[in-house]
Amino acid sequence: MTITLTIDGQEVNAELEQTLLEVAREMGKEIPTICFHEATTANALCRICVVEVEGQRVLQPACIVKAGAGMQVRTRSEKVVRARRTILEMLASTMDLSEAPEIQAMMREYGASTDRFPDAERRESAVIDDNPMYIRDYSKCLLCWRCVQVCADDAQYTFAINFDGRGFETQIGTFFDISIPETSCVLCGQCVGVCPTGALKPKREYLLEQGISAGEISIMNTGRKQRKAK
Amino acid sequence: MTEIDLTHLKPAVESCIPMGRSGLLPALHAAQKIYGWLPKEVAAEVARLLRIPLADVHGVIEFYSLFYNEQVGQKFIRVCTDQACALKGSDRLLRHLCSHYDIEPGQTTDDLSLTIERSPCLGLCEQAPAALVDEDAETNIAPDFHSYDLGIPQSFVYGSLRELTANCGEGTTTLAKYGEYKAYKKALDMPPEVVVSEIKASGLVGRGGAAFPTGVKWEGAAKAAGSQKFVVCNADESEPGTFKDRILLLEDPHRTIEGMCIAAHAIGANKGYLYIRAEYPYIVPVLEAALDEARAAGYLGDHFDIEIRVGAGAYICGEETALFESIEGKRGFPRVKPPFPITNGLFDKPTVINNVETLCNVPLIISKGSAEYRKIGTEKSPGPKLFCVSGDVGQPGLYEIPFGVTLRELLVMAGGVAAGQSLKAVLFGGAAGAFATSDHLDVKLTFEDLRAAGLPLGSGVVMVFDETRDIRDVLKRLGKFFAHESCGKCYPCQMGTQRQMEILNRVAKGSVVEGDFVRLQDVGWTMTDASLCGLGQTAASAVLSAMKLWPELFDHKLPRTAALNEPPGLAASSVKMKASKTKPEAKKTGKTARPKSNLEKKTKRVQAKKPVKSVKPVRTKKPVKKTGSKK
Ligand SMILES: Cc1cc2nc3c(=O)[nH]c(=O)nc-3n(C[C@H](O)[C@H](O)[C@H](O)COP(=O)(O)O)c2cc1C
Ligand code: SF4
Ligand code: SF4
Ligand code: FES
Ligand code: FES
Repeated sequence: MTITLTIDGQEVNAELEQTLLEVAREMGKEIPTICFHEATTANALCRICVVEVEGQRVLQPACIVKAGAGMQVRTRSEKVVRARRTILEMLASTMDLSEAPEIQAMMREYGASTDRFPDAERRESAVIDDNPMYIRDYSKCLLCWRCVQVCADDAQYTFAINFDGRGFETQIGTFFDISIPETSCVLCGQCVGVCPTGALKPKREYLLEQGISAGEISIMNTGRKQRKAK
Repeated sequence: MTEIDLTHLKPAVESCIPMGRSGLLPALHAAQKIYGWLPKEVAAEVARLLRIPLADVHGVIEFYSLFYNEQVGQKFIRVCTDQACALKGSDRLLRHLCSHYDIEPGQTTDDLSLTIERSPCLGLCEQAPAALVDEDAETNIAPDFHSYDLGIPQSFVYGSLRELTANCGEGTTTLAKYGEYKAYKKALDMPPEVVVSEIKASGLVGRGGAAFPTGVKWEGAAKAAGSQKFVVCNADESEPGTFKDRILLLEDPHRTIEGMCIAAHAIGANKGYLYIRAEYPYIVPVLEAALDEARAAGYLGDHFDIEIRVGAGAYICGEETALFESIEGKRGFPRVKPPFPITNGLFDKPTVINNVETLCNVPLIISKGSAEYRKIGTEKSPGPKLFCVSGDVGQPGLYEIPFGVTLRELLVMAGGVAAGQSLKAVLFGGAAGAFATSDHLDVKLTFEDLRAAGLPLGSGVVMVFDETRDIRDVLKRLGKFFAHESCGKCYPCQMGTQRQMEILNRVAKGSVVEGDFVRLQDVGWTMTDASLCGLGQTAASAVLSAMKLWPELFDHKLPRTAALNEPPGLAASSVKMKASKTKPEAKKTGKTARPKSNLEKKTKRVQAKKPVKSVKPVRTKKPVKKTGSKK
């Protein structure tokens, strides 16, 4: 069924099952997203995609809210911009965004400052290098949940990782912090594939960044394969 | 560390195994009861027995404050340091206890005999300062720490009405005393649609905070497709300053159960859950006994039965969808809505979830008839309402009044501002509420008048601060509460509650930095506008209201007024405490501590040498010497 709604003053037709994000993108309007990913369950948790929908008390996440007939949507209202800018500023005060160029671009677009929050506690932790396939650098994790979801019922049904703590102290972790080889992890690499920030990174890429040559890495890898073959 | 003996675990969690994932919280509680905490081996065994992935079990343990994956003391003291208790010296109490045992809050003594923790509001605010000692409430702790009440907390019930609280104030009302479930019997003779229309006609709206029309909710669930439906009673009551459901459940459990039975008939449910916060352990046996009585009388049985579920220390699990997740054995993450519980609730089935007080209104409406019920209260806000009055008032307690009484009238009933002070502010609706001042005294306590005045009714909290109190200290504790309780799912609240807490700490210290006012506002509005659930959407509500009322608190470098909200020196404050402790016409119960063999020594009552002139039994504190005390 085709319906009509208004986005930023412009009338537009949409299918009933389409999300506001899809409709806006078809119109050529960019709404930023962080947690949204076609391949994983949408949890609408980053809230960077929020838009103002007339008659709604709070802002609505465009990535999951469906278009409705006669809806009046504003994608760049003052409220929307304040929320997006503040979320970005809080992210910058919390985590290492150095390998998240898309978020850096958003920050420039919204005039978000990287040091808006003085003396703010950051989420910092040491790089975990405990398996042959990937490293985990949770200082760069923005808690999009994708890795947990692909490891669980979105894809792999392995259930190797879950959450530590709650609230600001949340981190992705394993059962009582055991190493990845001790978990049910099958080293499928799906989590690495969906991680948007370099928090999960192929070991090879990490070693190259650390200045270890490709030759050395391939020797290390051969060593591993030989051991496994036995 | 010694080997952990797993032989007792399986029998203890046996009954949880058929529940599968949903049995996880009960199983972890059972395991923790045996071992005192949840060692890795125990968690792994629970995971194996219930067939739940290890990482998921870990995630659940990590989410709930009251599951411990590190060894803790055999005995546990949780001292409430939220607003109402802070006014009565809880910080000093905590310091006293900690220095006595030579540990810091959150630590365990070397001999593993005792852990002392700070706790968010324990729902004992009218008897502040309060603590939870293992499973006993320790309340009315005197400024010299020597006398206090220990065991099942007392119930102080006042006000101008006795409808919901008809049976409250004299100890638990057994079924024999409660009498037949007359309203339920009457409802069973009515077609379910007629029950629903009675509830709709009564104008009842939810008392859990969201004020949603109860009849509309029931109608939605009744009409929803599906043969399996649920009724859930929300007894998570964790909003700081709220204690009404504690009293309703302790004193009159059958009223809530009867309300659930009627709801089940109305929507066609055959299973109910009553989810109660873990900080109310002393209520659970009372509820179990009441459920047994109701089963024996045939009110509960194959057609409809109720299971109790105990939370594990998470305010967010009062949010309805987080509560479902918790019953399902998961981390208490709120779900995105829609879909709504009436179609996709517990186990994805149509569900009615109601607050305890809401359910207590139901038998009243059915027995009186909606027309008669509407004679209580006002046209737009019919019915009786419970208010939880705490803080600097002469007579803190639970007040039942009809909607329409003014704030002034309520405060007069409550003995006015204590110790001859004048009013500075009332925190209205709880931590998620807003501040009122003396300008609001003539506001009528109805949904419509409060909305117009910008005050949320919330869960009926009226926490009073006199003119000597420092609102910055109140705000600091609010900030800490929300940062501690945010589930961490959505960005605005996960990071916003942390940043808000940091700024409020600076405000309280008198060390604000340039730009903090706007920074705090931006964070507050971002949480309000963009958060996923009600927690984040209201986490800045009281702060933003304070910024409007007292902007000077935020943008000047006010000197730090150290611990202004603590009672002053011992002598002066004990006089003040005594004065406010005289509760002449109170209906009350002096209850004995629940017999519990290993606590026998501790719960023994000893008459104080110089009995304080109080209507309540006063005991001399026996310093808890079981542990490696340094003194
Ligand atoms: C963070 C948060 C905590 C809540 N805590 C409670 C609670 O402890 N008890 C309660 O009845 N409702 C609580 N609610 C409201 C519930 O989500 C829900 O609206 C209520 O249980 C519905 O019952 P009612 O319609 O009878 O009020 C809370 C909501 C939020 C957002
Ligand atoms: S590790 Fe990567 S994929 Fe996983 S939650 Fe963090 S940012 Fe997302
Ligand atoms: S608002 Fe807070 S409590 Fe609610 S989902 Fe977001 S992080 Fe969790
Ligand atoms: S992209 Fe919509 S909430 Fe994250
Ligand atoms: S019990 Fe301490 S504030 Fe509620």
